[in-house]
Amino acid sequence: MASDTPVTAVALLEALERGRCSAEELTRDCLDRIAARDGDLNSFITVDAEGALAAARAADDARAGGRAGPLAGLPIAHKDIFCTDGLRTSCASRMLDNFVPPYSATAVERLGTAGAVTVGKTNMDEFAMGSSNETSYYGPCRNPWDRERVPGGSSGGSAAAVAAGLVPAATGTDTGGSIRQPAALCGITGIKPTYGRVSRLGMIAFASSLDQGGIMARSAEDCALLLGAMAGHDPRDSTSAREPVPDYRAALAMNLDGLRIGLPRGWFDSTLAGAIGDRLRAALGELEARGARLVDVDLPNNHLSIPAYYIIAPAEASTNLARYDGVRYGHRCGQPADLEDLYTRSREEGFGAEVQRRILVGTYALSAGYYDAYYKKAQQTRRLIRQDYLDALASVDLIAGPTAPGTAFRLGEKVDDPVTMYQEDSYTLGVNLAGLPALSLPVEPLAGLPVGLQLIGRHFDEGRLLAVAHRLQQVTDWHLREAPAPEGVA
Amino acid sequence: MSLGAEQLERLAALARLRIDPGEAPALGDSLDRILAMVEELAAVDTTGVEPLANPLDAVQPLRADVVTEENRREAFQAIAPAVEDGLYLVPRVVE
Repeated sequence: MASDTPVTAVALLEALERGRCSAEELTRDCLDRIAARDGDLNSFITVDAEGALAAARAADDARAGGRAGPLAGLPIAHKDIFCTDGLRTSCASRMLDNFVPPYSATAVERLGTAGAVTVGKTNMDEFAMGSSNETSYYGPCRNPWDRERVPGGSSGGSAAAVAAGLVPAATGTDTGGSIRQPAALCGITGIKPTYGRVSRLGMIAFASSLDQGGIMARSAEDCALLLGAMAGHDPRDSTSAREPVPDYRAALAMNLDGLRIGLPRGWFDSTLAGAIGDRLRAALGELEARGARLVDVDLPNNHLSIPAYYIIAPAEASTNLARYDGVRYGHRCGQPADLEDLYTRSREEGFGAEVQRRILVGTYALSAGYYDAYYKKAQQTRRLIRQDYLDALASVDLIAGPTAPGTAFRLGEKVDDPVTMYQEDSYTLGVNLAGLPALSLPVEPLAGLPVGLQLIGRHFDEGRLLAVAHRLQQVTDWHLREAPAPEGVA
Repeated sequence: MSLGAEQLERLAALARLRIDPGEAPALGDSLDRILAMVEELAAVDTTGVEPLANPLDAVQPLRADVVTEENRREAFQAIAPAVEDGLYLVPRVVE
């Protein structure tokens, strides 16, 4: 395992299965890599060496006893938005810098039950509000392909940790693109499932009608393997979907004859003067050469995704984040003069600038006299946007397009202008508003930086998206391209 | 649409936030730009369109009216900033 060749989760599990290595060795190897390389990358907020080694030894015992789960001994990382029992869960906020949850998220429980070993918690934008990982209380995470550039966000730490080979897979969450955009900017594969597919219990809430957990890994096959363990109905999450979870790995072999791929008009020309569009078209050409048909589709209201989202998400966030009051958990200001001072100063000190900005926008959109003009209007527009996607997906099997409008940008380049930063989500927001599944997979890099192809499917059609991505990854090696090793590291 | 200093202060009070006077102009400016961006929605014809709250049109499931949660007061209070005798402490509100 000492080489720098990216190793997939599937390959690691096969090595464990055949006894070529132990879970403990694998976990030590991950911990060593993190210690050696994460200093300047800053992809982890918390590393749990002790807990990871104990879980790895338990996985080795389970394997020896013939009780191994499907992921027994596989080291993974969780985005620091997923509650982990007894392990600090900060959401990259000063507000939760001292928060040690008394329970684990359902997604964390399920992956743990399948045998996955949690090595640590990854960096992110504060409360998942950002597209560059620069709003983290713990400092920005950097892109392994170019340390002067952002990894994307909000699941930037998970993307960077996988891209740098620190862990084979990590969880992420996606409210407006937060799995797909960092996956694209870091050259990995990331899937945001259908809304409700993965339980939101214990996933710290940002915008409850949009939030969805998913997997970030090297390959579609790895995503299929881990998503299968993570997904499923949870009676403790009232928005959890009841549809049975198909065998996503078996779905990889799905017959794709006659596949129809919709290309939204305008999506391939407006990105980076067409250069990204060319990369995407080349990748789609590989599918076309194998029988897929490319068809133009229209999403006439999709351009309204940005304004609709930036009303709905802040409105829901302002409500969700009202719970942080300095009373029951999280940051509490020193020497409060009275109850009002306790609430106000705890929140002012605990929340960073972008979080406060979104709370204020959301408060405005929900305040008396403005509700109809903003929140209701945005929800009506949301229905129009969803209808566009459903209409398009009635005539094609899936929609393909760019994940992000450009490649990884420089640290600090957009951080001072929220409206410019929000454009980063142009191609991803509509998917969350419509509740659809989508994934991003890497195609041919551009000027040494990764480019992501986004595939968008019908509700609960994750299997087909994974199968198409897998087909492409069987005839190309873009997903196995490595980020260049940093100077001074052998 | 531009938020004046007074409206900004009112919003902050509603959200239980306090805005540093030195940062208020820059914050107000960024909020103005966000509001200008979302202004695009005003021109959309949404006559007769039902608001969409859940992308799958799901409604709240109901369950039997029985207690299923266990009492974990000690675990929850162990992470609270200030507790005493099983109660959360806040500054005095009643003299």
